[in-house]
Amino acid sequence: MNFFKAIAAAGLVAASASAFSLPARAADITGAGATFPFPVYSKWADAYKKETGNGLNYQSIGSGAGIKQILARTVTFGATDAPLKADKLDKDGLLQWPMVMGAIVPVVNVEGVGPGELVLSGELLGDIYLGKVTRWDDPAIAKLNPKLKLPSAAIAVVHRSDGSGTSFNFTNYLSKVNAEWKSKVGEGTAVEWPAGVGAKGNEGVSGNVGQTRNSIGYVEYAYAKQNKLTYAALINKAGKTVQPTVASFQAAAANADWAHAPGYYVILTDQPGEASWPITAATFILMQKEPADKAASTEAIKFFKWSFEKGGKMAEELDYIPMPESVVKQIETTWTSEIKS
Amino acid sequence: MRSGKQGTSVAEMAFHGSAMEQAGSHDRARALNAFRLGDRAFYWITRISAILVLLLLGGIIVSLIVGSWPAIVEFGSAFLTTQRWAPSAEPPVLGALSPLYGTILTSAIAMAIAIPVGIGIAVFLTELCPLWARRPIGMAIELLAGIPSIIYGMWGFFILGPFLANTVQPFFIDLFAGVPVLGSIFGGPPSYLSLFNASLILAIMVLPFITAISRDVFATVPPVLKEAAYGVGCTTWEVVRHVVLPYTRVGVIGGVMLALGRALGETMAVTFIIGNSFRITPSIFAPGTTISAAIASEFAESDGLHQSSLMLLGLLLFVLTFFVLAAARLMLLRLEKKAGKQA
Repeated sequence: MNFFKAIAAAGLVAASASAFSLPARAADITGAGATFPFPVYSKWADAYKKETGNGLNYQSIGSGAGIKQILARTVTFGATDAPLKADKLDKDGLLQWPMVMGAIVPVVNVEGVGPGELVLSGELLGDIYLGKVTRWDDPAIAKLNPKLKLPSAAIAVVHRSDGSGTSFNFTNYLSKVNAEWKSKVGEGTAVEWPAGVGAKGNEGVSGNVGQTRNSIGYVEYAYAKQNKLTYAALINKAGKTVQPTVASFQAAAANADWAHAPGYYVILTDQPGEASWPITAATFILMQKEPADKAASTEAIKFFKWSFEKGGKMAEELDYIPMPESVVKQIETTWTSEIKS
Repeated sequence: MRSGKQGTSVAEMAFHGSAMEQAGSHDRARALNAFRLGDRAFYWITRISAILVLLLLGGIIVSLIVGSWPAIVEFGSAFLTTQRWAPSAEPPVLGALSPLYGTILTSAIAMAIAIPVGIGIAVFLTELCPLWARRPIGMAIELLAGIPSIIYGMWGFFILGPFLANTVQPFFIDLFAGVPVLGSIFGGPPSYLSLFNASLILAIMVLPFITAISRDVFATVPPVLKEAAYGVGCTTWEVVRHVVLPYTRVGVIGGVMLALGRALGETMAVTFIIGNSFRITPSIFAPGTTISAAIASEFAESDGLHQSSLMLLGLLLFVLTFFVLAAARLMLLRLEKKAGKQA
């Protein structure tokens, strides 16, 4: 029955959202989608409201749901962590661009292990999530961590139970670095997890890992930081051990070739470079090229423009990485040429 | 339900009231006519309410079937026997076996715990409890029913889960280690999120249903029957076993069915603590999933065949609940017949 309630609630939300966008003088900008950028979007919205008086109503309901809502035109913009391919964008008349970048970090809860002390390689992380490495005192973990004293206990693996862009980027990374993962599980917003327990949302995974002894999970960096979870260091493509810091995220982001990607389809996992954090990800905005409510659409673009210009520092405070200047210029040209207003 | 009933009865009284006034000043036939009209209106109001329920039920079934049609066409009966749940595989392989297994197993364990305890509480409250303690204990039980399921979920996640994983689970794992069958049913490692934890939470959640209904029907047993039994020297157990329970059988089973219905469909609390993993393992301490937990955690992000399969899961739960209720009715009928023959 709860399921029907949820549908009814979604219907109500959708109905109120469309009712909101009807008046000519757009009151609030409505958007829905990914949970990954929710902290930074709400911070921007707060500052934007103080400056301009226009509010943003963003529902962080997940990337897939965000895509559905923008296709149904119930919101002015959708947000997704897993970008849509160019042909899909063309088919549905959507415009897509990256808004901000962030990073996903493995988090652990093991007695005697502090933040950044545990070192994992992508392949090992894949083996743990495949259920092949099941104990913390496994020789494969000991080999990378000769100085750490790890308990003789089973590893409690935690993954997302809901479909999510965070999972998409995480499994995309594992597919790139672990051949068995690629053939057995693959990448996706919801995959067939071979091991572990599922928790709902970034907050669910952080809650579970914080709660469960000898566990491992993966969350967006801001959630790890807010919940004071013990993150692990990773060995990147260049074979160097890197800590999750804004510098290492930026190093990964700097490599991305946005200019030549149709629909800005770029996935930032496993980037080359000695300092690159291997699980970096961009999060995307989707808008209708021919919006039903042109005024609302113009308001939304104003907000995004403002965020690109003034939101960089706020994003960095929350450990997101602002888009580089050149990309922002390119995106702004795309707006004027593609969106009819 | 209750407020609706009151609403119609108030309307009916208003109808009658105005009709009476008319009867004072106008002729009798007209008044009678007004009464008849009132009756007919009442008849139709109630009938439409009943039809509305049927229409709603039919509508839900039809929309579930329509929504799940692509999955029915794609997987057919293999949906029921496939354990794999791989929405992002190419092509997607989706099977209902593990959520079905989880749903049935957790409900079965929950009922195995809740039925004896629930009826036990009801017997204590009606037969043995000192009068002054009846009210507080009874109210405490009813309050349990009023706690939102999300609270049970949070409590299970933060308090009960760690407690079970550190105490109860290791105890059973050590106790049955090396014993065939039992050793694998109670096999380790202990887990914060497991089928067992979910079953226990479900048992606590459905307990008030069984207790409250059993207590109410136990109170309907004529004292003379019980007194007669005590008079011929029966013990309290014998009175409960041979007088109270047979007399109230129908009501108690009704309460149990209501509880089972809730256990099968419970979503939020179970999603929190079952671990949401689509695997079937022999151990009850392993994480699993149920139909409603799977729908709750995956529906928002699903599309295409995946979403359609989730709809099909919903349809399965619908059918499962229907069969459970039908089986209960059948059982009651047979019990009734047997009782009739004996008498």
